[in-house]
Amino acid sequence: MSGIGITLRALHDGERDLEHDLLAAAERHRTEHEFHHVATDVARWSREHATRLARIGPGHGVELSGPRDHSSPGALAALREKAAEALGRRPGTGLLLLHDLRELHLAAVRNSLHWEMLAQAAQAARDQPLLDLVSACHPQTLRQMRWTNTMIKVLSPQLLTSV
Amino acid sequence: MDSSDRIANPWGPRTPYAPGSPWPVRTDMHLAEGITEEDVERWAQSASVLHSNGDAMDIAVRGGRIVGVRGRAVDRVNRGRLGPKDLYGWQANHAPDRLTRPLVRENGRLVETDWDTAMARVVSRTRHLLDERGPGAVGFYTSGQLFLEEYYTLAVLAHAGIGTSHLDGNTRLCTATAAEALKESFGSDGQPGSYEDVDHADTIALFGHNVAETQTVLWMRMLDRLEGADPPRLVCVDPRSTPVARRADVHLAPRPGTNVALLNALLHEIIRTGRTDRAYIEAHTVGFDELASRVERCTPAWAAGICDVPAAQIERAAEILGDARRLLSTVLQGVYQSHQASAAAVQVNNLHLVRGMLGRPGCGLLQMNGQPTAQNTRECGADGDLPGFRNWQNDQHVAELARIWNVEPDRIPHHGPPTHAMQIFRYAEQGSLGMLWITGTNPAVSLPELARIRSILAQERLFVVVQDLFLTETAQLADVVLPAATWGEKTGTFTNTDRTVHLSEKAVEPPGEARPDLNIFLDFAARMDFRDKDGGPLIGWHDPEGAFAAWQRCSAGRPCDYTGLSHDRLRGGSGIQWPCTEEAFDGTARLHSDGFAHAHPDVCESYGKDLVTGATVTPVEYRSLNPDGKAVIKAAEYLPPHEDTSPDHPLQLITGRTVYHFHTRTKTGRVPELNAAAPDVWAEISPAEAAAQGLSDGDLVQVTTPRGAIRARLRTTAVRDGVVFVPFHYGYWDTPAGFRPADDVPGRAANETTITDWDPVSKQPLYKTAAARLTLVSRRDAPRSGTVDGSDGTAGSGA
Repeated sequence: MSGIGITLRALHDGERDLEHDLLAAAERHRTEHEFHHVATDVARWSREHATRLARIGPGHGVELSGPRDHSSPGALAALREKAAEALGRRPGTGLLLLHDLRELHLAAVRNSLHWEMLAQAAQAARDQPLLDLVSACHPQTLRQMRWTNTMIKVLSPQLLTSV
Repeated sequence: MDSSDRIANPWGPRTPYAPGSPWPVRTDMHLAEGITEEDVERWAQSASVLHSNGDAMDIAVRGGRIVGVRGRAVDRVNRGRLGPKDLYGWQANHAPDRLTRPLVRENGRLVETDWDTAMARVVSRTRHLLDERGPGAVGFYTSGQLFLEEYYTLAVLAHAGIGTSHLDGNTRLCTATAAEALKESFGSDGQPGSYEDVDHADTIALFGHNVAETQTVLWMRMLDRLEGADPPRLVCVDPRSTPVARRADVHLAPRPGTNVALLNALLHEIIRTGRTDRAYIEAHTVGFDELASRVERCTPAWAAGICDVPAAQIERAAEILGDARRLLSTVLQGVYQSHQASAAAVQVNNLHLVRGMLGRPGCGLLQMNGQPTAQNTRECGADGDLPGFRNWQNDQHVAELARIWNVEPDRIPHHGPPTHAMQIFRYAEQGSLGMLWITGTNPAVSLPELARIRSILAQERLFVVVQDLFLTETAQLADVVLPAATWGEKTGTFTNTDRTVHLSEKAVEPPGEARPDLNIFLDFAARMDFRDKDGGPLIGWHDPEGAFAAWQRCSAGRPCDYTGLSHDRLRGGSGIQWPCTEEAFDGTARLHSDGFAHAHPDVCESYGKDLVTGATVTPVEYRSLNPDGKAVIKAAEYLPPHEDTSPDHPLQLITGRTVYHFHTRTKTGRVPELNAAAPDVWAEISPAEAAAQGLSDGDLVQVTTPRGAIRARLRTTAVRDGVVFVPFHYGYWDTPAGFRPADDVPGRAANETTITDWDPVSKQPLYKTAAARLTLVSRRDAPRSGTVDGSDGTAGSGA
């Protein structure tokens, strides 16, 4: 497998995981309404990225499965939602949210670095389809990073000093 | 029709006029039964506080009581006209159940007390929380109905006295998206257009703005143009068949929640057909190429699939907008309270930027306000922003403010954006906020998902102070209730949607021990003994004129410069539009006539946000994008709504207003004419939708969403199929349960059903994007008398 193939696989898996983690965190923090809704919105970007990476994979010698199937929320998700409602009134839940935001941010940074590697390689190899893919997707990964960073900035003062 | 019955005919008789000529005068007046103009002892100058239009009026006084109102013919805004709420609404001042003494909670019940006792409780709880937990434990939630002098005083005491960033107004519900859209496109808040643009426009486009009911006098102006020579063409975007829609050349009725898709298609067509002003775009904007590529695939056919509007209608609307030579656009809650609020409002700005239609007569843009003094909430910083449209990310702006207040810069919280209302309530729910001081607003009826809001306000661990005229639903949940004076009982200034500043004079004494909000804030500041860095009082003024003078110093050099104004200058003549300085002494009709100086990185109020996530743009990013201060064309992709219909909830729920009521009916519900015109809640669906469910007009139905349910009488109107509309004004103060639904029966407040979701950019709650089902409770009983049935074209919001 080529270096590009290995990187495509790493990024594909990273986007799959990030979609899953965003949706799981959205359920866990249902009572943090803005986080819940925006996390669900930006998870859609990771899903689209995984789909498009899977489409381009075979050309670089890798078979990728694409995004996970999440047709039914399942019993576990329902349980998480219930737990979220109950925990929403406890100040300590705020710390859990900051923890989740930090992990989501780091996962997005990891994906962003893989996009950067692919962009550089695509230019060196004059691989226009790959460059087009990076140009279309990488800005959205950067937006996921800016969003998680903004949320951490906005929430930290209250959650770390007033609890 | 009797033209003096302004319930039956809210807009009165026509005074047609031609483009470019002044709007004729028509003086409206309503006096109490048996009183004539000769009986009036004194007229006190004022303007309307029951909507955002700023209609100037004089208050008639006889024997120490208000006995009526008369429009001010000299004023630029209304030229003498008044709407039904203004003609009749003053009677609420004399309602027998006005609060006249402070109340405190003793053993679970609110009991009367004196001011000293009530204020001592507020001060001791504030001090305790500041000592134990710091300023982040104290929050303020104010209004769009106080006066400028009061907001500025509140902003100084919250920002620099308490040192909290938890300060917002209920303007968050009505006008936050207007402010945000202006910041995103033009770098700073500030209404670009002027009402005089109605006199010059050849095309008027209204986006989610039922002006006929929300600003009746502005609609009178438009109607007079429509009836005169060379009338303007009208484009209306609204899922309901409003009076505006019925007069429109093109009426687009998109599915709720799809405004961005529709606007992107309109922009697509205008760009595709070359109806852009390339020279203007080059000279005055950045970001056009990104917009062009973003909307490249947003064809009318694509949008038709999402919005359920025929592609040909979208093309026709784009032609009219694209061919306009003097285009006036207005935007209100159909955009601001719907999914992707800011992203959609910004696309209307883009329409004007790509067509070069700003800063000239008739080329106007009005991102409307909902409430009468919302503009002052925003500019004075009572919505949490730094006063004078200063930028919390710009250290120079913070330092300047610190100099004006004579405090150290680190005394002013600026480590992050201010905490918006919905987040303040979240902090209260989660327990990190220990005190919430609510002034002049009624969140127990006006915020989404009321069961949640009631449970937050009722918490033992949250100390709630409510300052209001009446024992509102919210006041009934308070620990301390402070009786406030209102319009006509105090002096101050306020500013309407098109930046017109009016003086409102005291006409009569407030009832009992009620006090002006300004006096209450000053009393609190004195008791808290807030000091500046030299040990002097932080707040050195004692009356409205002193507060106005302090605000003038704060506004100097900023976009909302008031230095040329004074109470004296505003007395006698017309209201004046800010900025008003020595150089622009007569005020300023339009902003951006020669470029976008307020968008310069050193000047701008905001560096902007991501239109999907709300993530803040950094100063460095903004400086490299827009180094010279041009207008920013920001593109946005359409996202599906967060709550869509399902087999369980097949309808889309939207809430809204009627011409006869304001906010939660605190005043208008106590006015006989207005209350009789729209006494109770109703639910509106299309005749086809009703037929499909076997329902008819007058049936009692239940509207249910995943949050809760309400019961209402059914009205069938020409609303889109698949949509149910419910007016949001109705609460419980005039029902036996007082502040909540009766036990075991669904209530009548629309917000029992609405979703807790807000635009991540402006933080405005979304009242127009939820899924619901409608079921029959019981058939229509015998015809009721005394109610308006909504079928005559003017009644309620069926109009």
